[in-house]
Amino acid sequence: MVMQIIFLIVAVVTLGSAVMVVTVRNLVHAALWLILSLFGVAVTFALLNAPFFTVVEVVIYIGAISILMIFAIMLTRRTMQETGRSVNPGWWLAAFLSLVLFAGLLWMFSTWDGFSTTLPDLPAGVDQVRELGIALVSPNMYVLPFEVASVLLLAALIGAIVVAWERKS
Amino acid sequence: MIPLSYYLVFAAALFCIGLYGVLARKNAVTILMGIELMLNAVLINVIAFWRYRSPDQITGQAFAVMVFAIAAAEVAVGLALFISIYRRRNTIAADEIDLLKW
Amino acid sequence: MNVANIVWLLPVPPVLAFFVIVLLTNRSKWLSHSIAVGAALLSFIGSMYVFSQAVATEHLGQNPISSVIRWFPTGDSWFEIGVWVDPLTAVTLFFVAWTVLMIFLYSVGYHNFGQPKGDHDVAGMPPHGAMVTDKHEHTHRVPSIEPMYSRFFAFIGLFAFGMYTLVVSDNLLTLFVGWEIMGLCSYLLIGFWYAKPSARAAMIKAFITTRVGDVFMLLGLAYLYTVAGSLSYSVIFSEETLAELAGMGSPILGLSAAALIAILLFIGTIGKSAQFPLHVWLPDAMEGPTPVSAMIHAATMVSAGVYLVIRIFPIASAGWEHGAVLTPPMLFMAIIGTFTGLFAATIAFTQNDIKRVLAYSTISQLGYMIAAIGIGAYVAAAFHLFTHAFFKALLFLGSGSVIHGMEHGVFHTGEHIDPQDMFNMGGLRKKMPITFWTFLIGGLALSGLPLITAGFWSKDEILADAFSTGQWLVFITLALAALLTAFYTMRQIVLTFLGEPRTAAAANAQENRWTMTVPLIILAFFSLAVGWIGIPGEFPVLGGMLPGWFHEFVGGTLAEHPEAPPFHIVPLLTSFLVSLGGLAVGYYVYRSVRAGEPDPLQKPLGSVYTLLKNKYYFDELYDKIFVRPAYWLAETFTYLWVDRKGIDGFLHLIARITFSVGGFLRNFIDKPIINGFGDFVGESVKRFGRGARFIQTGRVQQYMVMALVIAFGTLFYYLFVLVQP
Repeated sequence: MVMQIIFLIVAVVTLGSAVMVVTVRNLVHAALWLILSLFGVAVTFALLNAPFFTVVEVVIYIGAISILMIFAIMLTRRTMQETGRSVNPGWWLAAFLSLVLFAGLLWMFSTWDGFSTTLPDLPAGVDQVRELGIALVSPNMYVLPFEVASVLLLAALIGAIVVAWERKS
Repeated sequence: MIPLSYYLVFAAALFCIGLYGVLARKNAVTILMGIELMLNAVLINVIAFWRYRSPDQITGQAFAVMVFAIAAAEVAVGLALFISIYRRRNTIAADEIDLLKW
Repeated sequence: MNVANIVWLLPVPPVLAFFVIVLLTNRSKWLSHSIAVGAALLSFIGSMYVFSQAVATEHLGQNPISSVIRWFPTGDSWFEIGVWVDPLTAVTLFFVAWTVLMIFLYSVGYHNFGQPKGDHDVAGMPPHGAMVTDKHEHTHRVPSIEPMYSRFFAFIGLFAFGMYTLVVSDNLLTLFVGWEIMGLCSYLLIGFWYAKPSARAAMIKAFITTRVGDVFMLLGLAYLYTVAGSLSYSVIFSEETLAELAGMGSPILGLSAAALIAILLFIGTIGKSAQFPLHVWLPDAMEGPTPVSAMIHAATMVSAGVYLVIRIFPIASAGWEHGAVLTPPMLFMAIIGTFTGLFAATIAFTQNDIKRVLAYSTISQLGYMIAAIGIGAYVAAAFHLFTHAFFKALLFLGSGSVIHGMEHGVFHTGEHIDPQDMFNMGGLRKKMPITFWTFLIGGLALSGLPLITAGFWSKDEILADAFSTGQWLVFITLALAALLTAFYTMRQIVLTFLGEPRTAAAANAQENRWTMTVPLIILAFFSLAVGWIGIPGEFPVLGGMLPGWFHEFVGGTLAEHPEAPPFHIVPLLTSFLVSLGGLAVGYYVYRSVRAGEPDPLQKPLGSVYTLLKNKYYFDELYDKIFVRPAYWLAETFTYLWVDRKGIDGFLHLIARITFSVGGFLRNFIDKPIINGFGDFVGESVKRFGRGARFIQTGRVQQYMVMALVIAFGTLFYYLFVLVQP
């Protein structure tokens, strides 16, 4: 009962701020609404007994990515105001498509018999974080994707620098 | 108490909102925000499925870590691109960046 | 060596010479004439050997030297050809071999072998002479060598081949082959100097006129073959075949098959031996070089015509007995022969060209021979053929020698006169003695000078035969012709050789070299001697000395040995009279014709003279009746109307129709429908593209929206329409 109420509150906050993200005119406001939404997602992770991800969400998304977005907003301002509409002329079609997708997804979930699975117990005596750490570096588990992901990050890093380098010529 | 369905519906709703943001907003950064919302919805989905369907395996969490990494990389590169485009064309409204046309 | 095999080889050397000269040695004049004369010599030696064997054979007529091979299959059996030497063939071979060899040798000198090349000589024109400078710094013109020297020898080689083939063949088909080869060669040789328009006209005239005769001859051969089933002498002259032919009726005029065949074959002879009415080609044939005239008109070609008539005598006389009424073909031959004999003689004494006189004389003498066969005098006709070959060849070669000497004089003096006109000659007796004496012998032989010349014996025999069989008309006409013959011959001799030279060219004439004079001497010998083998047994005094060998020998050819005419004084006296009388009158009339004077007979005879000089206007008549209509038919009717307007018009009409149909298809179907459809497709794609390109806005969000719309639409369609849930 308590869990359900908590979930509901979290869901409303997250979805509401998400809606605000995609509708407000002011870009900085949108970024701030995004931060709130991400925060809600972090709480959801906590509800799902994945505390590591809560922390990762906050640190990376809110702490890095959102700040980065704010930087980008500031660096790409033409004037201090936003002129014109905030949405492009075909927004209604986009809304319609989103609704269709949502309905479709719901319908699809409803045909699935695992839709109403109840919460199983966590395995006892397992330290999730420790297990995750072992999994990520263990040669017979997920060290390869881990390393590839780090290479990807390196590539993204270098790429971002190269793309945004201001040519002095 | 909370069946899986709640989380799945929640994630689906978040995803669709993010999709609307991607398709409808003019400013490129707001498009990127929409993408972030979609990625977060995916993360919720993955963690929910991990927790409800196979909590004894660590695979779900590993997957989620990968998604994080990818999201971060993608944002970095995307914003760098936006800045580069802005320098050239002095705009980052998606409507006005339309060279790939007839 | 089997004699028959040698007979097969007789025609071979000349034809080999022809091919060798044409293909290999055309450039070397010396080599060409050596090959040609060598070939003639080889055939001559072979012929003499065969002749000697033939006369030594008993009853050659019954079992001739013969040999056959199979040529082509005809149904169940074969058409066989081969060689055949019976007495007639043997004597013919004798005179052909001698005259051919003499003419070949003569041609070497006649065409000026050894002389320099002419200044302006072109192939196709007679040589004009070359300017030479002698050691005294005098430049004068000398005769030049003939440019087409080798070609001449090649052609006369082919000619000799044709004649030998004709003589030794044992069937009428290979005879006809030889006949036609000679026809071709006469065409080629008469027009030897083809750049002269008169020569070109003459060659065509000769060929076409003889062709007319040859068509009828071929009809005769075809009919004979159809009826008798063979053309070999051994078959067609056998008793059974002759009886069958005489008994069978033909579709024409109620004649028997034998008569029709004989008449058709005889028409071939009318063409080939230039009898009336196909005589017009022979005088014009004098356009060829003189050795050709000798060959064609004395030794070989015209003799071939008479040889054929003599050969088919059994068919012509099938059913005839000696002394009976003549069969239709014999009557026909007699009429044509006698008429031609007189007709040609009347023209001869008005002609001024030395060769023309001899030409008409040949026509006349051939008429004699044919008249003789016509009245049944088989041996007499063969005998006259035999002697005539020698003295006519001699006369032609002699006239060539005269012309050659005159040309030398023309070159020397530079006068532009006709070296062949007798009225430009005179006094050549002193300048060209050998030519004079030999020509005189030949002329006397032609006139039939009694007792010593060969011509007397053969002509006398014909007259005797005519008299003894009671053919009065033939006798009188032939006697008259003999009178005229002697007259114009003496005219010719007097004008050419006796008296004083009438032109400077004649005064400067010169005797010719040995290659030309030696043949004359040899032929002169034969013109005298060869008559003596035919003296009839009953002749007074001389009769017993040399028995009538010729009569015995040649008479054996026929199945029934013909009777010799009984001796009678009337024909003998007539021969004496006409011959000596004609010679005397001729001498008397022409003995003192001076330079520039016209013919002494021109004024007395007046318009008759003009008629004779223009050859009774026969050439003009034939031109009007045959030549002009033929030209009209070719030029106007066939070419213009049928070909140009008819056939071409039809083709043009088809072309026009095709064009208009094509135009219709192009303008009404191709352009609007097919092109239009193609253009329509292209245009609509373009228009659609122009309209549809605006989809590509370049805006990424719109692309994504589109993608999602289509994806959801397809998914929807798949899930809810195709697959029933």
